[in-house]
Order: sequence, then structure tokens, then C-alpha cells
Amino acid sequence: MDTAESSSTSKKIQVQRYKPDDNPEKHYLNEETGLWSWLTTVDHKKIGIMFLGAITFFFFVGGIMALLVRTELWTPAKTFIEANTYNQLFTLHGAIMIFLFLVPSVPAALGNFILPLQLGAKDVAFPRLNLLSFYLYLTGAGIAIFSILNGGIDTGWTFYTPYSSTTGGAVTTMVFGVFVIGFSSILTGVNFITTIHKMRAPGLTWDKLPLFCWGLYATSIIQILATPVLAITLALVGMERILGIGIFDPAMGGDPVLFQHFFWFYSHPAVYIMIVPGFGVVSEIITTFSRKHIFGYWAIALSSLAIAFIGFLVWGHHMFVSGQASLASMVFSFLTFLVGIPTGIKMFNWTATLYKGSIDLKSPLLYIFGFFFLFLVGGLTGIVLGSIALDVHLHDTYYVVAHFHFVMVGGMVMAFLAGLHYWWPKITGRMYNETMAKIACGIIFVGFNVTFLPQFVMGSQGMPRRYFNYIEQFQPFHQVSTIGSFILGLGFLMVFYYLVKSLFGGQKATANPWGSRAMEWQINTRPPLHNFHHIPVIINGPYDYHKPMEEFQLGLAESPTDGHGQESDLEVTSDGKEINAE
Amino acid sequence: MDAIKDFFLPPAKSTLAEQTDALFWFVHGSSLILTIGLIAVIVYFVYKYRRKSEDEVTPLITHNNALEVTWSVIPLVLVLIVFGWGYQVFMNQTVVPDDAYEVNVTAQKWIWQFQYENGAQSTGKLHVPADRPVKLIMSSKDVIHSFFVPDYRLKQDVVPGRYTEMWFNAPEPGESIIFCTEYCGDGHSDMLGEVIVHEEEEFENWLAENAGGGSKPEDLAPEEWGEQLAQEWACTTCHSTDGSQMTGPTWQGKFGSEQNFEDGSTVTVDENYLRESILEPNAKIVEGYPAVMNTYQGQLNDEQINAIIEYIKTLK
Repeated sequence: MDTAESSSTSKKIQVQRYKPDDNPEKHYLNEETGLWSWLTTVDHKKIGIMFLGAITFFFFVGGIMALLVRTELWTPAKTFIEANTYNQLFTLHGAIMIFLFLVPSVPAALGNFILPLQLGAKDVAFPRLNLLSFYLYLTGAGIAIFSILNGGIDTGWTFYTPYSSTTGGAVTTMVFGVFVIGFSSILTGVNFITTIHKMRAPGLTWDKLPLFCWGLYATSIIQILATPVLAITLALVGMERILGIGIFDPAMGGDPVLFQHFFWFYSHPAVYIMIVPGFGVVSEIITTFSRKHIFGYWAIALSSLAIAFIGFLVWGHHMFVSGQASLASMVFSFLTFLVGIPTGIKMFNWTATLYKGSIDLKSPLLYIFGFFFLFLVGGLTGIVLGSIALDVHLHDTYYVVAHFHFVMVGGMVMAFLAGLHYWWPKITGRMYNETMAKIACGIIFVGFNVTFLPQFVMGSQGMPRRYFNYIEQFQPFHQVSTIGSFILGLGFLMVFYYLVKSLFGGQKATANPWGSRAMEWQINTRPPLHNFHHIPVIINGPYDYHKPMEEFQLGLAESPTDGHGQESDLEVTSDGKEINAE
Repeated sequence: MDAIKDFFLPPAKSTLAEQTDALFWFVHGSSLILTIGLIAVIVYFVYKYRRKSEDEVTPLITHNNALEVTWSVIPLVLVLIVFGWGYQVFMNQTVVPDDAYEVNVTAQKWIWQFQYENGAQSTGKLHVPADRPVKLIMSSKDVIHSFFVPDYRLKQDVVPGRYTEMWFNAPEPGESIIFCTEYCGDGHSDMLGEVIVHEEEEFENWLAENAGGGSKPEDLAPEEWGEQLAQEWACTTCHSTDGSQMTGPTWQGKFGSEQNFEDGSTVTVDENYLRESILEPNAKIVEGYPAVMNTYQGQLNDEQINAIIEYIKTLK
């Protein structure tokens, strides 16, 4: 039995090593079984898996819509659907991908599963609230589907007034659906912040907090502060449509530009809700697969918070040509450039982490490198768009379309897939086919670039977005882009195939297949129902790869009278290094 | 170089377009260098530090303040240059010269209309003099539209209930396309227009010919003028003349036919029905079509409406 002692001015305690089991008899999937146990579960892991299932479903729904849109754009005039159908398709593609996939993807699916494990907690702080969050998501999604079947919407996912106050269709119900989904997002945020503050295992001080947790923490702050504004805005749109109260529609004395301010006040920070958790995933994977301490821990952790805060002050860069004051445009442009700096800092720190590492190019890391390139392009074209004079030319063209797809798909989806591949063994207890994973990553990378690089060129040439018909000059670009989108779709299908296949007869995963030092890998695979059979005690940071594995699997036996280890008589002193027993 | 320029950007046909382009190339050029540099470093690291054995222990390198400051300050300086440069060009785009020639622009689903000082009007085609600053005073009758001329690198939203402005100076005579870039419904992608830049003298002539606006050119028969008006006023964006399906009902064979409405009533299409449909489009909604047409009350005069009706009659 290994022991480790904390050097302490106060009383010393002895911790014991708990080696995780590979494939234990009992785990979270078989301790409680049956449909009802899933539907009523308060286990963060099962809720995470249910979120994963739901967002995967909506990802494919949104993806099919994207392919229909791209197919329609094969010819300059009508190819196979009507203009109105096309408008509904791109609206739903955007709304589904953003509200039903991107926003909940990393936090609600992967975050739910991993966060408590990384904190050494038995669950999130409010397990029932967590389940409610899932049901709110489902309810909102249900309302959204109802509105699609009940007239559809053709406003674009941005719901710009006065178009959205006057057009037909089921705008009001759709807006209500998004409103409900917003609350799901808020509840997840509240839950995560509380969990990170209150549920950390003994010894897990803020400077040892995994960067994934920092990412989720920053995300949660944005979710809590920004989402209510979206809710209010959408409620106002609903009131305008139902009650005829003039808020945004000038025909009733409202101000349409006010809507844009409200909307982007949420939706710009929402971009960071989508990408910041992805940053957290990158930090975890880079360190694990280079077996190296993260470079610039605080720079990365604090830059997430900086992005979260500055991200609230840049919404006006969506409105440079909306008619807002030139002075406002100048201030927003300036702040937009400032938010680029912390993002750049992250990229440089991750790169520096690779220096003198021991790099194993497994599929999660390969996805991360895909993220690197695509996100870099997405970020730098963001600098282009942040410059007012250039935005005047490029705003609402395909350049913008390409830019945000590079950030959201190239950045976020790649990070999400990286995280999914990274944690897949822990979640499912199975290994997927590594060769297929690498090939799929390559296909997605190529397909993505073939789809979206031509859009930068078209956009610079002046091709406006949301166009059903277009002038012939753009046809070659559109056709290349459409071909690329099918390659991309094939790549995603392939991922789906081998991941699902691994569930049935994939090689069994060991507790820590990647040799990571992070806490979620120091428990059994699959994890026990309540995560830990002992009280984990943290002495070393999650990236201390220079220290032997024995020092990462420490804990105290759980007192038989108290089910919740963290609440026992252990307490961490202020400097965070000592563990006191009273 | 020119081939690359033409591949990425439309021709630069305004005095300010070159300024925008210079910034465009500066940002993209420096971004390209940064991207290649960073990717090269990563590729090099991945190769150089590839895992050689499972027992490798890596050195503990936690941070380096000098590096952190370096890679924060250099990008900061770069983006501040881009900010300042972008703002300066933007100010040039925004501040209208005093001697600018003013044209009023009205946007509605899905046409652009232009009104000139002497009462002349044009639809879809903006006529301007060359080598002279032109100021557009724009507003929308329904939803938000956006006036975009790629050749001028200029764009401005056109908002209902307020005026927005933009200006440009096109030194050479020629034509440039106008796009609507704010999504405005089914006809959004058909809401195109054209800027026609004339030599000063030619422009004065055009203006004089169209003074007062809205009267029939002498050499045209009513139905020919009607056809011309249907084009100019973009009726044909939504109404086909050959029976094909568009946003609105086709005009082919319309006159004299039975029209079914949403409320179940029917009417035989005659002059009065057509006139009502132009002036009060929502009075009777044709079955199966959205109620999206705007009124042309106060825009088309009686003579013009008559001409359009004559034209519709010819579409058998």
C-alpha cells in the first residue's frame, strides 16, 4: 500500500492509494437498470448520456437540413425546392444547430458526465435540477418541432424584427420553444457554478482545478447572465405578435434596431457559450497526449474568464451597418479586437505545451489539431470582420457564413468530437476503432475545408447570405461547397458508425487508457454509480506529468456513517496545500 | 497579382474601394503568415517530440512570463493597427462630402426605388453621374433591407421608420450590381438592382428626360409601356408572365379567368379587380398564395396602372 503525506503545519493525515479497476462487475450502467431508472435518474452521468443522445439526434436533423440547403444551391435558380421551403430550411438549420446542439453540446453532455468526476464529487450540486434541465431541453425541443410542423418559420435564426413580427408561420411558438430551452441552459449554468464552488474534493484548490472545469465555469457565468436577456427579448417578440404591443415594429411605434441590440447582447456571448467549453477540452487533451504539464495554466484559465467578460461588451460588431452611431461602432470594434487577444494567448500556450512533450498522435489529439487549424482560420477572419471598414463590405455575405462555420463547426464541433473520442472509453467502457477514427477525422477535415473555404472567396466577391437564387458568377464556388458538404456529412456518419459499433463488441477499455493524470481517469471504467468508493484527496495538479501515477490515486476511506465524503470532517486550509484533520 | 485580386475581390469602382482593399490584403497577408508560422511550429513539435517509448517523462515547464507578454503584446499591437486603419477608412466611408448629389432610396419587398431632385423616378436602376460624390438617403417601407454594392465595398441597412445614409464616388461610367443583404423574405434573393454611372452630361440628359416622372413615353403603345413598368417596378419578381410558379400568381391567362380566394369567394378577373390588387393587395388573397404584396398606392399613377393592366390583358 502506498502512502503519501502532506507536509503540514497542523495535524498530518495519511492517505491511501486506491487503484482503479478495469471493468468492474458493478458500474453506473448496471446498478440500476430499466427505462424508468433512466427517466428518473439524478445521476449526472446518465443525464449526460441522455443529453448526448438528444444532441446527436438534433445534430443529424440540422445536418440533413444543411445538406438540403446546399443541394438547392447547386444551380443559380430553383433546383428542387421552393424559395419559402429553402428559407425555412436555413432558419431551422441555424436554430437547431445553435439552440439544440451547440449550446448544450459540451457543457450539458460531456460537462455533465466529466465535471463531477474531475472535481472528485459524487454528483453535481443539484442533481434534480440537472434532470429538470434535461426535461426543459426536451420540452423546448418538442415545442420547436411542433412549430416546424405547424407552419414553420422563415425568419432566420436571428428572428430580426420587423420581419419576424409580421411574417406568417409559427414564429411565436418557435420563440417560446427557444425561451424554454434557454432555461435549461440557465439551470445547467447555476448547477455547474455551485458544483465547482462547493463540491471540490479535499485538496482540490483553484490552482489545481482542471482547465476543462475553468472553461465550464466561464461558460456557466455567461449562460446565467446572458440567457435571461434572450428570454426577455423573445418574450417581447411574442408580445408584439400576440398583443400588438409596439416594441420593435416601427409600424406600431417600435424600434427594429433595438431588437438587434437585445438579440446580440445574448447571441454574441452565446458564441462564447459554445466555444469556451471547447477550449477546456483542448487543454485536457493536449496535456494528456503530450504527457506534459500545461504551459501557462493561469494564462489559459484566466483568459477564459476574460473572454467571458469582454464577450459581453462586443455585441455591436454585428451591427456596423445597421445604422447605429459611428461612435458606437468604433467602441465595439475596439473591444472586439481586445477579445481576440485572450483567444490568441490560449493558442500560443497550447502550442508551447507541446514543446518537449511526449506526443502520441491518437485520434482525440488529431481532432484537436483539426480544431487548431480551423479555429485559427475562424479566429483570424474574425479579426477581418472586426475591422469596421472591412465589415462594411463583408457583412451578411458568405464570408460571414464561412467565418462562423469555421469557429462553430471547425472549432466547436472538432473540439466536441475530440472530447467525445477522449472520454468515450470512460463513458462507455469500450474502445472505438482507432484507424477508422483517424480516417474519419481526415475526411471531416477535408470535407469541411472544401465546403467552407470557397465561401470566403464568394463572400469577398459579394455573394450575400440567405440567397435562394444567385447570379451565375458564383455557381462554381457553390458547387464545390456543395460537394464538400457531402464529404463532411459522410465523415460525420462514419464517426457515428464506428462509435455505435464500439458499443457492441468494441474492445474493453481500461481505467486509464491514455495514461492521464486527471482525476476522471483515476476511477473505474465504467465508473461506479456514485463515482468514488473513497474520498479522493488531491495533492498534485491534474497536469503534473512529471510525478508518478501513484500520487494521483489517493484518498481516504469513506466513513461508513456518512455517504457524502466531502462533507466529513476534512477541510482544506487557505493556502491550499495542507490537509487538516480536526 | 492581378489574377489573385480578381479571384478574391470584385472590381474596385469607387474612390474608396482601393482603401478597403489595401486593408483587406494587409489583414489577410499577416493572418496567412501567422497561420503558416503556427502550424509549422506545431507540425515540427509533433514530429520532434513524438512519443518514442511509453516510459518517457517530460520536463516540468509551467510558464514563462516573458513569452506570455511577448505573445500578448505583439498581437495586441497588430490588432490595434487593424482597428485604427479600419476606423480611418470607415470614417472616410461615413463622412459625406458637402457637394454630394442627393438621391432618395426607398426599399420595399422586393424592389429598390430611387427618387431624384427634379421628380424623376427610377426602379431597380440607380442613375448617377460619374466622378461626383453621390449621397443616398434611404428608408424602407416594410422590413429591414440592406443596400450593398460589392464594386464600391459599401453596404448600409435600410430601416423602416428612419433614414440611413451612404455615399460613394464612382469615377468611371459603368454598371455595378446592387444586392439586398438583409434577409427580407421569399423574394430576398431577387431584390437586385443596378447602379448605372453616366458621364455628367449624359446623366443630365437622362434626368431631364425623366423629369416629373411617371408619364408615358410618346413612342410606346400602352401595353409596351406596361411591360416596361412591370419590369421596372419588379412586378415580375413575383408574378411570372409565362405561367411558371413564383411567389405570386402568374399573369398568364389571368385576365378574364376565375380567381379563387382564401375566404372561399371567387371573382372574374377584370380591370377593377386588377386595379384593386395593385392598390389594395390584401383586400382579396388568392388561394394558395401568401399575403406578402405591398400596396402601390401613391407610387403608380392611374396612367401607369392602366398601362400595366393593358399589358396583363395581352398575356393570354
